[in-house]
Amino acid sequence: MELGRRAAGMLLPARDQEATRIVAPNRRSLFKGGLAALGGAMLAPLLARSAQADAASGEFPPGDPDWSQSVGPGVVDRPYGRPSQFVKDVIRRNVPWLTATKESSVSFTPLQHQDGIITANGLFFERYHAGRPTVDPARHRLLIHGMVDRPLLLTMADIRRFPSVSRIHFIECPANGGMEWRAAQLNSLQFTHGMVSCAEWTGVRLSTLLDEVGIKKNARWVLAEGADGAHMDRSLPLEKCLDDCLVVYGQNGEALRPEQGFPLRLIVPGWQGNVNVKWLRRLEIGDQPWFTREETAQYTELMPDGKARAFTWLIYAKSVITFPCPEMPVKGAGVYEIRGFAWSGRGRITHVDVSFDGGINWTRARLQEPVLPKALTRFTAEWRWDGKPALLQSRAVDETGYVQPTIAELRKIRGVNGIYNNNSVQTWQVKADGSVFDVELG
Amino acid sequence: MSSSARRLPAAALAFALVVGAAVPASAAETADEAAQLAKSAPTVAARSDRVEHYGYGTVPSAQQIAGWSIAVLPDGRGLPPGSGTVDHGADVYAQQCAACHGTFGEGEGRFPKLVSDSKLTGDQPTKTVGNYWPYATTLWDYINRAMPFPAPHSLSADDVYAITAYVLNLANIVPENFVADRESLPKVKMPNRHGFILLDPRPDTADKECMAHCRTPDEVKITSTAEGKDLTPRTAGPLDEMQSP
Ligand code: HEC
Repeated sequence: MELGRRAAGMLLPARDQEATRIVAPNRRSLFKGGLAALGGAMLAPLLARSAQADAASGEFPPGDPDWSQSVGPGVVDRPYGRPSQFVKDVIRRNVPWLTATKESSVSFTPLQHQDGIITANGLFFERYHAGRPTVDPARHRLLIHGMVDRPLLLTMADIRRFPSVSRIHFIECPANGGMEWRAAQLNSLQFTHGMVSCAEWTGVRLSTLLDEVGIKKNARWVLAEGADGAHMDRSLPLEKCLDDCLVVYGQNGEALRPEQGFPLRLIVPGWQGNVNVKWLRRLEIGDQPWFTREETAQYTELMPDGKARAFTWLIYAKSVITFPCPEMPVKGAGVYEIRGFAWSGRGRITHVDVSFDGGINWTRARLQEPVLPKALTRFTAEWRWDGKPALLQSRAVDETGYVQPTIAELRKIRGVNGIYNNNSVQTWQVKADGSVFDVELG
Repeated sequence: MSSSARRLPAAALAFALVVGAAVPASAAETADEAAQLAKSAPTVAARSDRVEHYGYGTVPSAQQIAGWSIAVLPDGRGLPPGSGTVDHGADVYAQQCAACHGTFGEGEGRFPKLVSDSKLTGDQPTKTVGNYWPYATTLWDYINRAMPFPAPHSLSADDVYAITAYVLNLANIVPENFVADRESLPKVKMPNRHGFILLDPRPDTADKECMAHCRTPDEVKITSTAEGKDLTPRTAGPLDEMQSP
């Protein structure tokens, strides 16, 4: 009878068209076996009863939903898995009016749906300057040359032979929040903060490779260059390269995604996204910075006096509440868990405080393990909402003692033309109806 | 609150002043500046002495290295032989660049403008090659490596020299008879050559970790809201195609 019930379930109309398609051949094959012995007369009442239960309540419990009365697709139905069809809205999104083309543009991670410190590989934000190249790993090369004793040309197989390490680090585009300098503009967590993501990276320490080629005495700088059409290139101080940079091929346990530089990218922990050169093909060791377009025309910050800051690589401490947020409103007074992320390019987050009244009073949030240097750190705090309008904020402090600033404080010093490095405290306005808006306070 | 100047570390300020001083550009000066900047990048002593070698990979040929060595330094190192005139540049630019950047560098649609006489202060300044870029060598390097956008790194060295000359002329930085080559480009004086602060002055804010009564309720005022601005693409359902805000 047990078997019969399940078989009957499989005959039920599946809600999910895909399931119907996949179940059909299974049914045939099952009938070939012992099930064929069951007559149609035996199946009919079972069918009727289940369908009734379904139709009558439409809710479970007490009924059993169709997925509980059927067999789903088998193994390797999806040899490479993907999220449930019901989370199809959880995708990277872009702001079409922001850039001239999609090939030189950005997409944003849906942080409002990120349930841990690791960003799913398919949701890691994108930033391209000449689109996403299709690089054949068999023909990809890394050239290391310049002020070295032994220039070196490496294949991917060569690179994989070197001693490997794995590290969890965030990457943030310094233009994250760049649209918010003048005023609150985008009513969305995804668009105000989604140019940060975090992954476990696996590869070779850059210092291992630099030791291998032997750095000449007067060398001070390293140029990292990509194999994309932009030939993206940035100058980096040798000291940082020898400290904690990685040349990685692994991202969250699988090969780097093409969007993230497959087959090889540079990881410069805690420094602005742009220097984490993707599709890495060349490292030149030199005595001066190259003053490339991306470190002069772009990624420089215009100050009110008309001077521009250059080489502002570090990501300073920052945090944001991911629930509630404009995409994730609250429903009625009661107890809520405030959730969010904090991160700093200068080490570990030591604590995060949250405010419900626009920064008058603050409460210490709980940090969720693991708390790793230069990685997203999750925080939570209890909020007993009385249903009255509220102004939610979070404020991160890192191990240097640096306190995340307010937008008003940043503006006082940097004006509004800087574009980059907006690490200010975010304010979410919660209205009495539970809806949430991006606002800035004076 | 205290002025921004008072918060900058003294070294950064001193350096900003050195860079900001209105002295003519020269190779010596660039070298000086690089030496200053290198202080932010000290080497690790005798690093190369202590190594075991894995011996993976191959030694690249000189030709292989040359083929990929496309980066150009402000002092002109890395520039290849060749040259180009403003006139020839105008022709190539018209064919290869004008569709996106406009015949006179004014930029079509949202494509970048290449010249502008916008000031770098005030409301929404426009940053372009003409009024913002510190080095003409960077222009050569960037056009060579990344443009024309649909077919990057496809122009001859002569054509890149010519277009560089044309764009510099559009910006009134060089005369019509200018010939760009590996000697002349490093000597071009870009208007904003001294406009950059090269040492990061952060942390430049001094917010405190106040926990209670940090401001009065009157001080908590919403100065702007994204509500009703209609700038935000939708964050559920299919991707939004909204074009103009
Ligand atoms: C199909 C459109 C297109 C064409 C054709 C094109 N460009 Fe561009 N150009 C772009 C885009 C898009 C960018 C911005 C790229 C980025 O930032 O990632 C750009 C950026 C630039 C910049 C940098 C501007 C700045 O201030 O940062 C320069 C200089 C430039 N192009 C020069 C040229 C030249 C010279 C040519 C012709 C050889 C050319 N472009 C052809 C689209 C184009």
